[in-house]
Amino acid sequence: MDIKAVREDFPLLKEYGDIAYLDNAATTQKPYFVIEAEKNFYERENANPMRGLYELSQRATDIYEKARESVRDFINAKSTKEIVFTRNATESLNLLAYSYGELLEEGDEIAVTVVEHHSNLIPWQQIAKRKGLAIRWIECEDDGTISEEALKKAISDRTKIVAMTQISNVLGIENDIKKYARIAHEAGAIFVCDGAQSVPHIFVDVEELDVDFLVFSGHKMLGPMGIGVLYGKEKYLEKMPPFLFGGEMIEYVTREDSTWNELPHKFEAGTVNAAGATGLMAAIDYYKRLGFSNIIERENYLSRFAYNILKDIPEVNILGSRDADMHHGIFSFTVDGVHPHDIAEILSSDGICVRAGHHCAQVLMQHMKTMSTARASIAFYNTEEEIERFAESLSTLRRRMGYVK
Amino acid sequence: MSNSFYREIINDHNLRPAHKHELDGANLTLRGVNPSCGDDITLKLLVEDDVVKDGAYTGDGCAISQASADMMLDLVIGKTKDEALDLYRLFDRMIKNEATEEEIEKLEEAGSLIDVSHMPARVKCAVLGWRTMSNMLEGE
Repeated sequence: MDIKAVREDFPLLKEYGDIAYLDNAATTQKPYFVIEAEKNFYERENANPMRGLYELSQRATDIYEKARESVRDFINAKSTKEIVFTRNATESLNLLAYSYGELLEEGDEIAVTVVEHHSNLIPWQQIAKRKGLAIRWIECEDDGTISEEALKKAISDRTKIVAMTQISNVLGIENDIKKYARIAHEAGAIFVCDGAQSVPHIFVDVEELDVDFLVFSGHKMLGPMGIGVLYGKEKYLEKMPPFLFGGEMIEYVTREDSTWNELPHKFEAGTVNAAGATGLMAAIDYYKRLGFSNIIERENYLSRFAYNILKDIPEVNILGSRDADMHHGIFSFTVDGVHPHDIAEILSSDGICVRAGHHCAQVLMQHMKTMSTARASIAFYNTEEEIERFAESLSTLRRRMGYVK
Repeated sequence: MSNSFYREIINDHNLRPAHKHELDGANLTLRGVNPSCGDDITLKLLVEDDVVKDGAYTGDGCAISQASADMMLDLVIGKTKDEALDLYRLFDRMIKNEATEEEIEKLEEAGSLIDVSHMPARVKCAVLGWRTMSNMLEGE
Protein backbone atom coordinates (compact mmCIF):
# COMPACT_ATOMS: atom_id res chain seq x y z
CA MET A 1 0.00 0.00 0.00
CA ASP A 2 1.42 3.37 -1.03
CA ILE A 3 0.66 5.19 2.21
CA LYS A 4 1.65 8.58 0.90
CA ALA A 5 -0.85 8.28 -1.93
CA VAL A 6 -3.52 6.96 0.45
CA ARG A 7 -3.09 9.95 2.76
CA GLU A 8 -3.59 12.21 -0.22
CA ASP A 9 -7.14 10.81 -0.39
CA PHE A 10 -7.98 12.26 3.04
CA PRO A 11 -8.51 16.04 2.96
CA LEU A 12 -8.23 16.42 6.74
CA LEU A 13 -4.93 14.54 6.89
CA LYS A 14 -3.62 16.81 4.14
CA GLU A 15 -4.89 19.94 5.85
CA TYR A 16 -3.38 19.07 9.23
CA GLY A 17 -0.28 17.16 8.25
CA ASP A 18 1.32 17.94 11.60
CA ILE A 19 -1.20 16.15 13.80
CA ALA A 20 -1.10 12.44 14.51
CA TYR A 21 -4.72 11.24 14.56
CA LEU A 22 -4.81 8.19 16.83
CA ASP A 23 -8.48 8.17 17.85
CA ASN A 24 -9.80 5.99 15.06
CA ALA A 25 -11.91 3.82 17.35
CA ALA A 26 -13.95 6.95 18.10
CA THR A 27 -14.36 7.95 14.46
CA THR A 28 -12.21 7.64 11.36
CA GLN A 29 -11.23 10.39 8.96
CA LYS A 30 -13.09 10.53 5.63
CA PRO A 31 -11.64 10.08 2.18
CA TYR A 32 -12.43 12.62 -0.49
CA PHE A 33 -14.72 10.13 -2.27
CA VAL A 34 -17.06 9.91 0.70
CA ILE A 35 -17.31 13.67 1.13
CA GLU A 36 -17.82 14.06 -2.61
CA ALA A 37 -20.54 11.38 -2.71
CA GLU A 38 -22.54 13.09 0.00
CA LYS A 39 -22.10 16.47 -1.67
CA ASN A 40 -23.03 15.04 -5.04
CA PHE A 41 -26.28 13.63 -3.61
CA TYR A 42 -27.39 17.08 -2.50
CA GLU A 43 -26.18 18.73 -5.68
CA ARG A 44 -27.60 16.26 -8.18
CA GLU A 45 -29.92 13.64 -6.66
CA ASN A 46 -31.74 15.41 -3.85
CA ALA A 47 -35.44 14.64 -3.48
CA ASN A 48 -37.29 12.73 -0.78
CA PRO A 49 -36.62 9.05 -1.49
CA MET A 50 -39.62 6.73 -1.86
CA ARG A 51 -42.16 9.57 -1.91
CA GLY A 52 -42.42 11.21 -5.30
CA LEU A 53 -43.23 9.56 -8.59
CA TYR A 54 -41.21 12.10 -10.54
CA GLU A 55 -37.85 11.12 -11.93
CA LEU A 56 -35.66 12.96 -9.42
CA SER A 57 -37.33 11.26 -6.48
CA GLN A 58 -36.93 7.94 -8.26
CA ARG A 59 -33.22 8.63 -8.66
CA ALA A 60 -32.90 9.45 -4.96
CA THR A 61 -34.70 6.19 -4.16
CA ASP A 62 -32.46 4.21 -6.51
CA ILE A 63 -29.22 5.51 -5.07
CA TYR A 64 -30.44 4.90 -1.51
CA GLU A 65 -31.39 1.32 -2.36
CA LYS A 66 -28.10 0.84 -4.19
CA ALA A 67 -26.34 1.82 -0.98
CA ARG A 68 -28.38 -0.80 0.87
CA GLU A 69 -27.29 -3.43 -1.64
CA SER A 70 -23.68 -2.37 -1.20
CA VAL A 71 -23.97 -2.90 2.58
CA ARG A 72 -25.69 -6.26 2.05
CA ASP A 73 -22.84 -7.39 -0.15
CA PHE A 74 -20.18 -6.06 2.29
CA ILE A 75 -21.41 -8.24 5.18
CA ASN A 76 -22.81 -11.02 2.98
CA ALA A 77 -26.43 -10.83 4.10
CA LYS A 78 -28.99 -12.89 2.17
CA SER A 79 -31.32 -10.06 1.25
CA THR A 80 -31.57 -6.27 1.35
CA LYS A 81 -34.70 -6.82 3.47
CA GLU A 82 -32.26 -7.65 6.24
CA ILE A 83 -30.43 -4.30 6.06
CA VAL A 84 -32.06 -1.50 8.07
CA PHE A 85 -30.44 1.94 7.96
CA THR A 86 -30.27 3.74 11.30
CA ARG A 87 -28.27 6.68 12.66
CA ASN A 88 -25.51 4.52 14.14
CA ALA A 89 -24.80 1.31 16.06
CA THR A 90 -26.29 2.86 19.20
CA GLU A 91 -29.62 3.50 17.51
CA SER A 92 -29.58 0.00 16.03
CA LEU A 93 -29.17 -1.49 19.51
CA ASN A 94 -31.90 0.71 20.95
CA LEU A 95 -34.20 -0.35 18.12
CA LEU A 96 -33.48 -3.97 18.98
CA ALA A 97 -33.98 -3.54 22.71
CA TYR A 98 -37.25 -1.65 22.31
CA SER A 99 -38.65 -3.83 19.56
CA TYR A 100 -37.33 -7.33 20.25
CA GLY A 101 -37.73 -6.52 23.94
CA GLU A 102 -41.48 -6.30 23.35
CA LEU A 103 -41.48 -10.00 22.50
CA LEU A 104 -39.98 -10.99 25.85
CA GLU A 105 -41.82 -11.91 29.02
CA GLU A 106 -41.24 -11.33 32.69
CA GLY A 107 -38.50 -13.61 34.00
CA ASP A 108 -36.76 -13.95 30.63
CA GLU A 109 -33.03 -13.36 30.71
CA ILE A 110 -30.57 -11.34 28.64
CA ALA A 111 -26.88 -12.28 28.86
CA VAL A 112 -24.44 -9.39 28.36
CA THR A 113 -20.65 -9.33 28.71
CA VAL A 114 -18.90 -6.97 31.11
CA VAL A 115 -16.72 -5.58 28.30
CA GLU A 116 -19.63 -4.06 26.37
CA HIS A 117 -19.83 -0.44 25.28
CA HIS A 118 -22.69 1.34 27.08
CA SER A 119 -24.71 1.18 23.85
CA ASN A 120 -24.84 -2.63 24.06
CA LEU A 121 -25.61 -2.55 27.74
CA ILE A 122 -27.89 0.29 28.83
CA PRO A 123 -30.66 -0.47 26.26
CA TRP A 124 -30.83 -4.04 27.64
CA GLN A 125 -30.57 -2.92 31.25
CA GLN A 126 -33.43 -0.46 30.82
CA ILE A 127 -35.76 -2.78 28.88
CA ALA A 128 -35.06 -5.35 31.59
CA LYS A 129 -36.19 -2.87 34.25
CA ARG A 130 -39.35 -1.99 32.36
CA LYS A 131 -40.37 -5.54 31.49
CA GLY A 132 -39.15 -7.42 34.57
CA LEU A 133 -36.39 -9.26 32.69
CA ALA A 134 -33.10 -10.31 34.27
CA ILE A 135 -29.64 -9.29 33.08
CA ARG A 136 -27.04 -12.03 33.47
CA TRP A 137 -23.41 -10.89 33.28
CA ILE A 138 -20.85 -12.77 31.24
CA GLU A 139 -17.55 -12.19 33.07
CA CYS A 140 -14.26 -11.72 31.22
CA GLU A 141 -10.71 -13.01 31.70
CA ASP A 142 -7.87 -10.73 32.82
CA ASP A 143 -7.05 -9.84 29.22
CA GLY A 144 -10.70 -9.03 28.49
CA THR A 145 -11.52 -12.13 26.46
CA ILE A 146 -14.69 -14.10 27.05
CA SER A 147 -14.26 -17.79 27.75
CA GLU A 148 -16.69 -20.48 26.69
CA GLU A 149 -17.16 -21.39 30.36
CA ALA A 150 -18.05 -17.79 31.29
CA LEU A 151 -20.64 -17.67 28.55
CA LYS A 152 -22.14 -21.03 29.51
CA LYS A 153 -22.26 -19.99 33.16
CA ALA A 154 -24.33 -16.93 32.29
CA ILE A 155 -26.95 -18.64 30.13
CA SER A 156 -29.88 -20.75 31.23
CA ASP A 157 -33.08 -22.07 29.69
CA ARG A 158 -34.60 -18.63 30.34
CA THR A 159 -31.97 -16.83 28.24
CA LYS A 160 -33.58 -15.17 25.23
CA ILE A 161 -30.78 -12.86 24.07
CA VAL A 162 -26.98 -13.03 24.19
CA ALA A 163 -25.41 -9.64 23.41
CA MET A 164 -21.66 -9.50 22.75
CA THR A 165 -19.17 -7.27 21.03
CA GLN A 166 -16.94 -8.79 18.38
CA ILE A 167 -14.01 -6.45 19.11
CA SER A 168 -13.79 -4.51 22.38
CA ASN A 169 -13.56 -0.74 21.96
CA VAL A 170 -11.36 -0.58 25.06
CA LEU A 171 -9.04 -3.58 24.79
CA GLY A 172 -9.17 -4.55 21.12
CA ILE A 173 -9.66 -8.25 21.94
CA GLU A 174 -11.76 -10.29 19.52
CA ASN A 175 -14.40 -12.74 20.66
CA ASP A 176 -15.08 -16.00 18.84
CA ILE A 177 -18.48 -14.89 17.61
CA LYS A 178 -19.12 -17.94 15.43
CA LYS A 179 -18.66 -20.34 18.32
CA TYR A 180 -20.57 -18.21 20.82
CA ALA A 181 -23.50 -17.67 18.46
CA ARG A 182 -23.75 -21.45 18.15
CA ILE A 183 -23.73 -21.86 21.92
CA ALA A 184 -26.45 -19.21 22.26
CA HIS A 185 -28.56 -20.95 19.63
CA GLU A 186 -28.16 -24.31 21.35
CA ALA A 187 -29.55 -22.67 24.49
CA GLY A 188 -32.51 -21.33 22.53
CA ALA A 189 -31.35 -17.69 22.57
CA ILE A 190 -30.74 -15.25 19.74
CA PHE A 191 -27.29 -13.70 19.32
CA VAL A 192 -26.75 -9.94 18.96
CA CYS A 193 -23.29 -8.93 17.76
CA ASP A 194 -21.90 -5.42 18.21
CA GLY A 195 -19.76 -4.92 15.13
CA ALA A 196 -18.95 -1.23 15.64
CA GLN A 197 -15.21 -1.96 16.04
CA SER A 198 -15.03 -5.14 13.96
CA VAL A 199 -16.83 -4.41 10.69
CA PRO A 200 -14.36 -1.59 9.83
CA HIS A 201 -11.27 -3.70 10.58
CA ILE A 202 -11.83 -7.43 9.92
CA PHE A 203 -13.89 -9.48 7.46
CA VAL A 204 -17.39 -9.89 8.89
CA ASP A 205 -19.67 -12.34 7.12
CA VAL A 206 -23.05 -12.70 8.79
CA GLU A 207 -23.81 -16.00 7.11
CA GLU A 208 -20.50 -17.50 8.19
CA LEU A 209 -20.86 -16.20 11.77
CA ASP A 210 -24.57 -17.09 11.86
CA VAL A 211 -25.41 -14.14 14.12
CA ASP A 212 -29.06 -13.12 14.30
CA PHE A 213 -28.32 -9.41 14.50
CA LEU A 214 -25.27 -7.29 13.73
CA VAL A 215 -24.96 -3.54 14.30
CA PHE A 216 -22.35 -1.05 13.16
CA SER A 217 -21.77 2.66 12.43
CA GLY A 218 -20.78 4.23 9.13
CA HIS A 219 -18.57 6.90 10.67
CA LYS A 220 -16.15 4.40 12.18
CA MET A 221 -15.49 2.93 8.72
CA LEU A 222 -14.64 6.07 6.70
CA GLY A 223 -18.31 6.91 6.14
CA PRO A 224 -20.28 9.96 7.27
CA MET A 225 -21.71 10.49 10.73
CA GLY A 226 -25.44 9.84 11.06
CA ILE A 227 -25.68 6.62 9.10
CA GLY A 228 -25.56 3.18 10.71
CA VAL A 229 -26.79 -0.31 10.07
CA LEU A 230 -28.91 -2.93 11.73
CA TYR A 231 -28.59 -6.33 10.09
CA GLY A 232 -31.23 -8.82 11.22
CA LYS A 233 -32.36 -12.21 10.03
CA GLU A 234 -35.56 -11.75 8.11
CA LYS A 235 -37.54 -14.19 10.26
CA TYR A 236 -36.85 -12.10 13.36
CA LEU A 237 -37.30 -8.68 11.77
CA GLU A 238 -40.66 -9.90 10.43
CA LYS A 239 -42.08 -10.67 13.84
CA MET A 240 -40.67 -7.59 15.57
CA PRO A 241 -42.98 -4.60 16.08
CA PRO A 242 -41.89 -1.22 14.62
CA PHE A 243 -39.55 0.94 16.69
CA LEU A 244 -40.55 4.38 15.41
CA PHE A 245 -43.89 5.29 13.85
CA GLY A 246 -44.57 7.83 11.14
CA GLY A 247 -44.03 8.38 7.47
CA GLU A 248 -43.11 5.66 5.00
CA MET A 249 -43.16 2.84 7.57
CA ILE A 250 -46.89 2.16 7.10
CA GLU A 251 -48.95 0.13 4.70
CA TYR A 252 -52.44 1.37 5.53
CA VAL A 253 -53.70 3.78 8.18
CA THR A 254 -57.21 4.30 9.53
CA ARG A 255 -58.55 6.20 12.53
CA GLU A 256 -58.41 3.04 14.60
CA ASP A 257 -55.23 1.26 13.60
CA SER A 258 -52.44 0.85 11.08
CA THR A 259 -50.58 -1.86 9.25
CA TRP A 260 -46.89 -1.82 8.51
CA ASN A 261 -44.81 -1.51 5.39
CA GLU A 262 -42.66 -4.45 4.33
CA LEU A 263 -39.04 -4.94 5.41
CA PRO A 264 -36.81 -3.07 5.76
CA HIS A 265 -39.02 0.03 5.51
CA LYS A 266 -41.05 -1.01 8.54
CA PHE A 267 -38.06 0.12 10.61
CA GLU A 268 -37.22 3.30 8.71
CA ALA A 269 -39.82 5.84 9.80
CA GLY A 270 -39.54 9.38 8.50
CA THR A 271 -37.30 10.81 5.81
CA VAL A 272 -34.17 8.69 5.60
CA ASN A 273 -30.52 9.78 5.48
CA ALA A 274 -30.05 9.06 1.79
CA ALA A 275 -26.98 11.28 1.47
CA GLY A 276 -25.41 9.48 4.43
CA ALA A 277 -26.19 6.09 2.88
CA THR A 278 -24.60 7.28 -0.37
CA GLY A 279 -21.51 8.32 1.60
CA LEU A 280 -21.37 4.93 3.28
CA MET A 281 -21.54 3.24 -0.12
CA ALA A 282 -18.60 5.40 -1.24
CA ALA A 283 -16.70 4.29 1.89
CA ILE A 284 -17.34 0.64 1.03
CA ASP A 285 -16.18 1.31 -2.54
CA TYR A 286 -13.02 2.84 -1.09
CA TYR A 287 -12.38 -0.30 1.00
CA LYS A 288 -12.69 -2.30 -2.23
CA ARG A 289 -10.45 0.09 -4.13
CA LEU A 290 -7.61 -0.33 -1.60
CA GLY A 291 -8.47 -3.99 -1.04
CA PHE A 292 -9.84 -4.96 2.36
CA SER A 293 -7.14 -7.59 2.84
CA ASN A 294 -4.47 -4.92 2.21
CA ILE A 295 -6.09 -2.69 4.80
CA ILE A 296 -6.20 -5.51 7.33
CA GLU A 297 -2.58 -6.43 6.67
CA ARG A 298 -1.47 -2.82 7.10
CA GLU A 299 -3.45 -2.39 10.33
CA ASN A 300 -2.04 -5.61 11.78
CA TYR A 301 1.46 -4.44 10.90
CA LEU A 302 0.94 -1.02 12.54
CA SER A 303 -0.68 -2.64 15.56
CA ARG A 304 2.38 -4.85 16.13
CA PHE A 305 4.70 -1.91 15.48
CA ALA A 306 2.92 0.19 18.12
CA TYR A 307 2.73 -2.60 20.68
CA ASN A 308 6.42 -3.36 20.42
CA ILE A 309 7.37 0.26 21.05
CA LEU A 310 4.86 0.91 23.82
CA LYS A 311 5.70 -2.21 25.79
CA ASP A 312 9.29 -1.01 26.20
CA ILE A 313 8.39 2.28 27.89
CA PRO A 314 8.68 1.37 31.59
CA GLU A 315 6.03 3.74 32.96
CA VAL A 316 3.43 2.78 30.34
CA ASN A 317 1.01 -0.01 31.25
CA ILE A 318 -0.99 -1.48 28.36
CA LEU A 319 -4.33 -2.98 29.40
CA GLY A 320 -5.49 -6.29 28.02
CA SER A 321 -3.62 -8.89 26.05
CA ARG A 322 0.18 -9.33 25.99
CA ASP A 323 -0.24 -10.54 22.41
CA ALA A 324 0.04 -7.66 19.93
CA ASP A 325 -2.25 -9.43 17.46
CA MET A 326 -5.09 -9.44 20.00
CA HIS A 327 -5.27 -5.63 20.01
CA HIS A 328 -6.60 -4.86 16.54
CA GLY A 329 -4.99 -1.43 16.70
CA ILE A 330 -6.61 -0.48 20.02
CA PHE A 331 -4.37 0.29 23.00
CA SER A 332 -5.79 1.42 26.31
CA PHE A 333 -3.03 2.39 28.67
CA THR A 334 -2.08 4.21 31.82
CA VAL A 335 1.11 6.05 32.72
CA ASP A 336 2.36 5.69 36.29
CA GLY A 337 1.36 8.74 38.33
CA VAL A 338 -0.20 10.63 35.43
CA HIS A 339 -3.98 10.89 35.18
CA PRO A 340 -5.36 9.91 31.73
CA HIS A 341 -6.78 13.40 31.19
CA ASP A 342 -3.38 14.93 31.79
CA ILE A 343 -1.90 12.35 29.38
CA ALA A 344 -4.33 13.36 26.65
CA GLU A 345 -3.85 17.07 27.33
CA ILE A 346 -0.06 16.93 27.04
CA LEU A 347 -0.17 14.65 23.99
CA SER A 348 -2.59 17.13 22.45
CA SER A 349 -0.07 19.92 22.92
CA ASP A 350 2.35 17.73 20.93
CA GLY A 351 -0.25 17.38 18.17
CA ILE A 352 -1.27 13.82 19.05
CA CYS A 353 -4.97 12.92 19.30
CA VAL A 354 -5.85 10.18 21.79
CA ARG A 355 -8.94 9.57 23.86
CA ALA A 356 -9.05 9.64 27.66
CA GLY A 357 -11.85 8.60 29.96
CA HIS A 358 -13.99 5.53 30.55
CA HIS A 359 -14.61 4.93 26.82
CA CYS A 360 -18.34 4.38 27.45
CA ALA A 361 -17.49 1.15 29.25
CA GLN A 362 -17.86 1.89 32.95
CA VAL A 363 -18.80 -1.70 33.86
CA LEU A 364 -15.50 -2.87 32.35
CA MET A 365 -13.63 -0.05 34.13
CA GLN A 366 -15.17 -1.16 37.43
CA HIS A 367 -14.18 -4.74 36.65
CA MET A 368 -10.58 -3.61 35.99
CA LYS A 369 -10.70 -1.42 39.11
CA THR A 370 -9.77 1.76 37.32
CA MET A 371 -11.69 4.99 36.75
CA SER A 372 -10.32 5.79 33.35
CA THR A 373 -7.55 5.12 30.86
CA ALA A 374 -6.04 6.78 27.83
CA ARG A 375 -6.56 5.06 24.47
CA ALA A 376 -4.74 5.22 21.17
CA SER A 377 -6.37 3.54 18.18
CA ILE A 378 -4.89 3.01 14.75
CA ALA A 379 -6.19 3.01 11.19
CA PHE A 380 -4.38 1.94 8.01
CA TYR A 381 -3.61 5.55 7.05
CA ASN A 382 -1.51 6.09 10.17
CA THR A 383 2.25 5.97 9.78
CA GLU A 384 5.19 4.50 11.69
CA GLU A 385 6.43 8.06 12.16
CA GLU A 386 3.19 9.07 13.90
CA ILE A 387 3.41 6.10 16.24
CA GLU A 388 7.04 6.91 17.03
CA ARG A 389 6.12 10.52 17.79
CA PHE A 390 3.37 9.30 20.06
CA ALA A 391 5.75 7.00 21.94
CA GLU A 392 8.36 9.74 22.25
CA SER A 393 5.83 12.14 23.68
CA LEU A 394 4.63 9.46 26.11
CA SER A 395 8.11 8.92 27.46
CA THR A 396 8.42 12.62 28.37
CA LEU A 397 5.15 12.74 30.34
CA ARG A 398 6.42 12.00 33.81
CA ARG A 399 9.16 14.59 33.52
CA ARG A 400 6.69 17.19 32.30
CA MET A 401 4.34 16.44 35.16
CA GLY A 402 7.08 17.29 37.64
CA TYR A 403 8.42 13.83 38.48
CA VAL A 404 12.21 13.68 38.63
CA LYS A 405 13.49 11.20 36.09
CA MET B 1 -0.47 25.62 25.61
CA SER B 2 -0.20 22.59 27.86
CA ASN B 3 3.56 22.63 27.63
CA SER B 4 3.56 25.79 29.68
CA PHE B 5 0.35 24.99 31.49
CA TYR B 6 1.67 22.07 33.49
CA ARG B 7 4.23 24.27 35.08
CA GLU B 8 5.77 23.97 38.45
CA ILE B 9 2.97 25.50 40.45
CA ILE B 10 0.32 23.03 39.31
CA ASN B 11 2.67 20.06 39.30
CA ASP B 12 3.79 20.96 42.80
CA HIS B 13 0.27 21.12 44.24
CA ASN B 14 -0.57 17.87 42.46
CA LEU B 15 2.48 15.92 43.57
CA ARG B 16 2.93 17.48 47.02
CA PRO B 17 -0.50 18.66 48.14
CA ALA B 18 -0.63 20.36 51.54
CA HIS B 19 -4.26 19.53 52.21
CA LYS B 20 -4.76 16.04 50.82
CA HIS B 21 -5.41 14.04 53.95
CA GLU B 22 -8.17 13.01 56.33
CA LEU B 23 -9.57 15.65 58.67
CA ASP B 24 -10.71 14.43 62.06
CA GLY B 25 -13.22 16.77 63.59
CA ALA B 26 -14.56 18.06 60.27
CA ASN B 27 -18.20 19.09 60.56
CA LEU B 28 -18.92 19.34 56.82
CA THR B 29 -18.22 16.59 54.28
CA LEU B 30 -19.24 16.42 50.62
CA ARG B 31 -18.19 14.27 47.70
CA GLY B 32 -17.72 15.90 44.31
CA VAL B 33 -17.55 13.82 41.14
CA ASN B 34 -17.03 14.48 37.45
CA PRO B 35 -18.73 11.37 36.07
CA SER B 36 -17.40 11.71 32.54
CA CYS B 37 -13.73 11.81 33.46
CA GLY B 38 -13.60 10.20 36.87
CA ASP B 39 -12.37 13.06 39.05
CA ASP B 40 -13.66 12.08 42.46
CA ILE B 41 -12.89 14.02 45.62
CA THR B 42 -14.28 14.22 49.13
CA LEU B 43 -13.95 17.64 50.66
CA LYS B 44 -14.00 18.10 54.44
CA LEU B 45 -14.26 21.39 56.28
CA LEU B 46 -14.30 22.45 59.89
CA VAL B 47 -16.54 25.54 60.08
CA GLU B 48 -17.05 27.29 63.40
CA ASP B 49 -18.64 30.70 64.01
CA ASP B 50 -19.00 31.12 60.24
CA VAL B 51 -15.24 30.78 59.80
CA VAL B 52 -13.50 28.01 57.83
CA LYS B 53 -11.13 26.89 60.57
CA ASP B 54 -9.62 23.96 58.66
CA GLY B 55 -10.09 21.93 55.50
CA ALA B 56 -8.78 18.88 53.65
CA TYR B 57 -9.63 16.61 50.75
CA THR B 58 -9.10 13.02 49.67
CA GLY B 59 -9.73 11.26 46.37
CA ASP B 60 -8.40 10.84 42.87
CA GLY B 61 -8.36 12.79 39.69
CA CYS B 62 -6.29 14.62 37.13
CA ALA B 63 -3.57 17.08 38.09
CA ILE B 64 -5.85 20.07 37.45
CA SER B 65 -8.64 18.86 39.72
CA GLN B 66 -6.27 17.92 42.53
CA ALA B 67 -4.05 20.99 42.35
CA SER B 68 -7.07 23.30 42.13
CA ALA B 69 -8.64 21.83 45.27
CA ASP B 70 -5.35 22.15 47.11
CA MET B 71 -4.86 25.78 46.08
CA MET B 72 -8.44 26.55 47.05
CA LEU B 73 -7.90 25.22 50.56
CA ASP B 74 -4.70 27.27 50.88
CA LEU B 75 -6.84 30.28 50.15
CA VAL B 76 -10.03 29.71 52.12
CA ILE B 77 -8.73 28.32 55.41
CA GLY B 78 -9.07 31.14 57.89
CA LYS B 79 -11.63 33.03 55.82
CA THR B 80 -15.29 33.56 56.71
CA LYS B 81 -17.96 31.59 54.91
CA ASP B 82 -18.99 34.65 52.92
CA GLU B 83 -15.41 35.41 51.94
CA ALA B 84 -14.93 31.81 50.81
CA LEU B 85 -18.11 31.96 48.71
CA ASP B 86 -16.98 35.26 47.19
CA LEU B 87 -13.69 33.63 46.23
CA TYR B 88 -15.60 30.74 44.64
CA ARG B 89 -17.65 33.18 42.56
CA LEU B 90 -14.48 35.03 41.55
CA PHE B 91 -12.76 31.77 40.58
CA ASP B 92 -15.79 30.77 38.56
CA ARG B 93 -15.73 34.12 36.74
CA MET B 94 -12.01 33.78 36.07
CA ILE B 95 -12.58 30.38 34.45
CA LYS B 96 -15.28 31.97 32.29
CA ASN B 97 -12.75 34.65 31.36
CA GLU B 98 -14.86 37.35 33.00
CA ALA B 99 -12.50 38.52 35.77
CA THR B 100 -10.01 41.39 35.63
CA GLU B 101 -6.31 40.91 36.28
CA GLU B 102 -6.60 42.86 39.49
CA GLU B 103 -9.37 40.59 40.74
CA ILE B 104 -7.45 37.47 39.78
CA GLU B 105 -4.60 38.53 42.07
CA LYS B 106 -6.93 37.92 45.01
CA LEU B 107 -6.96 34.24 44.07
CA GLU B 108 -3.22 34.02 44.71
CA GLU B 109 -1.80 30.74 43.34
CA ALA B 110 -5.23 29.60 42.12
CA GLY B 111 -4.99 32.47 39.65
CA SER B 112 -2.49 30.34 37.73
CA LEU B 113 -5.47 28.28 36.53
CA ILE B 114 -6.57 31.18 34.31
CA ASP B 115 -5.33 29.19 31.30
CA VAL B 116 -8.20 26.77 31.85
CA SER B 117 -10.52 29.47 30.50
CA HIS B 118 -9.12 28.50 27.08
CA MET B 119 -9.47 24.76 27.72
CA PRO B 120 -13.20 23.97 27.70
CA ALA B 121 -12.68 20.25 28.25
CA ARG B 122 -10.87 20.94 31.54
CA VAL B 123 -13.18 23.52 33.10
CA LYS B 124 -15.06 20.95 35.12
CA CYS B 125 -11.77 19.58 36.46
CA ALA B 126 -10.65 23.01 37.67
CA VAL B 127 -13.92 23.93 39.35
CA LEU B 128 -14.65 20.55 41.01
CA GLY B 129 -13.21 21.42 44.42
CA TRP B 130 -14.66 24.93 44.33
CA ARG B 131 -18.12 23.81 43.30
CA THR B 132 -18.09 21.17 46.03
CA MET B 133 -17.12 23.79 48.64
CA SER B 134 -19.83 26.18 47.51
CA ASN B 135 -22.47 23.43 47.57
CA MET B 136 -21.39 22.61 51.09
CA LEU B 137 -21.34 26.14 52.45
CA GLU B 138 -24.54 27.17 50.77
CA GLY B 139 -26.31 24.01 51.85
CA GLU B 140 -25.33 24.53 55.45
